[in-house]
Amino acid sequence: MIWLDTIVQGILLGGLYALFATGLSLVFGIMRLVNLAHGDMIVLAAYLILVLVTGLGLSPWLAVLIAAPLMFALGWLLQRVVLNRVLGPDILPPLLVTFGLSIAIQNALLEGFSADSRRIPNPDLEGASVALGPVTVGVMPVLTFASAVLVIVILNRVIYGTPLGRSFRATSDDPVTAGLMGIEPMKVFAVATGIAMMVVTVAALYLGTRANFDPAIGPARLIYAFQAVIIGGLGSLWGTLAGGVIIGVAQTLGAAVNPEWQILAGHLAFLLVLLVRPRGLFPRARD
Amino acid sequence: MSSPSAPWRATTRTRTGTLVALLALALIVAGLVLPAFASRRLIQDLFYILTMLTLAQIWNLLAGYGGLVSVGQQAFVGIGAYALFGGVILGGMDPLLAILLGGAAGLVLAIPMAFFAFRLHGAYFAIGTWVIAETTRLLIAQWKALGGGTGTSLPRAATSDMIGVAQVAELFGVRDAAARDILAYWIALLLAVALIAGIYALLRSRLGLALIAVRDNAEAAASVGVDVRWLKWAVFLIASVATGLTGALIFLQTARISPDAAFAITDWTAYVIFIVVIGGIGTIEGPILGVLVFFALRSTLADYGSWYLLTLGLTAIVAMIFAPKGLWGLLSARTGWHLFPIRHRLIGPADGGER
Repeated sequence: MIWLDTIVQGILLGGLYALFATGLSLVFGIMRLVNLAHGDMIVLAAYLILVLVTGLGLSPWLAVLIAAPLMFALGWLLQRVVLNRVLGPDILPPLLVTFGLSIAIQNALLEGFSADSRRIPNPDLEGASVALGPVTVGVMPVLTFASAVLVIVILNRVIYGTPLGRSFRATSDDPVTAGLMGIEPMKVFAVATGIAMMVVTVAALYLGTRANFDPAIGPARLIYAFQAVIIGGLGSLWGTLAGGVIIGVAQTLGAAVNPEWQILAGHLAFLLVLLVRPRGLFPRARD
Repeated sequence: MSSPSAPWRATTRTRTGTLVALLALALIVAGLVLPAFASRRLIQDLFYILTMLTLAQIWNLLAGYGGLVSVGQQAFVGIGAYALFGGVILGGMDPLLAILLGGAAGLVLAIPMAFFAFRLHGAYFAIGTWVIAETTRLLIAQWKALGGGTGTSLPRAATSDMIGVAQVAELFGVRDAAARDILAYWIALLLAVALIAGIYALLRSRLGLALIAVRDNAEAAASVGVDVRWLKWAVFLIASVATGLTGALIFLQTARISPDAAFAITDWTAYVIFIVVIGGIGTIEGPILGVLVFFALRSTLADYGSWYLLTLGLTAIVAMIFAPKGLWGLLSARTGWHLFPIRHRLIGPADGGER
């Protein structure tokens, strides 16, 4: 029974990792850009929500509704002002720019909020749990997983069923031809990064309410997100969810054996998948 | 210079290049005799500069010439350092000889790392190397004989009986601790000079030509017979051995190790990347200029803690957008200087030899 419980907790943790990874997956799918500051963006959004909750006394849910458009604007600006200038066949400039951004965000947050670990207060749900068949699960983890599924359903709807999604797919396939058809790739990229930042805001809510966070934890979140994307296979959002679940289950199983092995078990699961299926479990994009 | 039998020849020699070689030689000699005059503090600073320069040159070889953007170099610094500590503490080796173990450990880690990471491309290669470095750190932290997660120190007996310490102490009339610093500084100087000379020789050779061809256009290079895969393996393995040696040397000097310090991404990869980007990627001169700028920034802003790193991060972004070839690129474009000429130019009878 304890094993079943561990696995269920792992699957639910996978929902959180999938939320971390979805924005990364979306941006990579459309513009082949890997944002090394993605994890730090999540932490930044968590601090934004924290300020709205503690400063204005808002409920966390309302704070997300305010934070999401702000993060959209930030992502849009970042793409237009900085990232669009460095996109190109050479992968080095975007990597180095986002790496610099990662260091800059971490230290700006450190300066603004100190190294103390913080938590977004959410009195309604803290510690609440429900019985799910033979196991008892926390309400927050279940909500996290449900949100991950909802986000992926909505994004897939947008990508495969709207004019915006059509321009995403067209730009992803061939930006030059898309440009000839009246699409402006640079604008499309800016909107895509904006949307990714809204997903990041949702991820930040759960990151910040479920556990403590501090300015230095971004890079580790980037690694989990990256592992989920690679395990799932590039270009498939459902694959990303599956990847997140695999990392989550591996981590909780590792932690059940020895608390020191939690992160290590996740890394080893990732390397194992890379060994057996180098292109991930459900690859769609060819890169 | 022209002879009837060979009127045309390809050469990389230039007058500036020869001049720089002489100047470099003078600097090396000055560097070797410096401990006779310099304070211990200056020797320690120079040790830091030289080891960072070595790491920056290695990363520049990987990313600037080999197209392998690794953010997992801390794995090799860490494994090299732990190999040294293992050799000294568990194997009873002399610390000076144990530095070589660091290079060997770098090679041993590089083979599985390349096997996994070469399955990933571009940006994913970068994060893949990082994951492997993290995995290595977590595994090393399980090694209880070397202190596990909290780390350990080199035994005092081993460091003071180290080969050469007594002689250096006598030669300069200093204490053992200062003599160790001087010894470490000499090795760092030797390593940096050997590495830069090695990279320069490599870039002027056929292998270097192939490397630059692959960087500029991998498909075109492959079509004229360059084995891209083999080349990437070669560069990665060379870089790993050199990083392992440097890591062992760095932690021989500090004499204290922990997984978090030895595998620190900020110290051994982020700083190194900033040095290369700010100085100028894809040139030998860039990292040299970069390390000087980096050290100057560090000395002036060190008291401001996180503001310093914030500035460094933003400087790297600005450099990449407005001066993608770094400070050296700006300088070189203005003056036409190439201190380490690697271009093969055709010299004909009309040129009368060197220009």
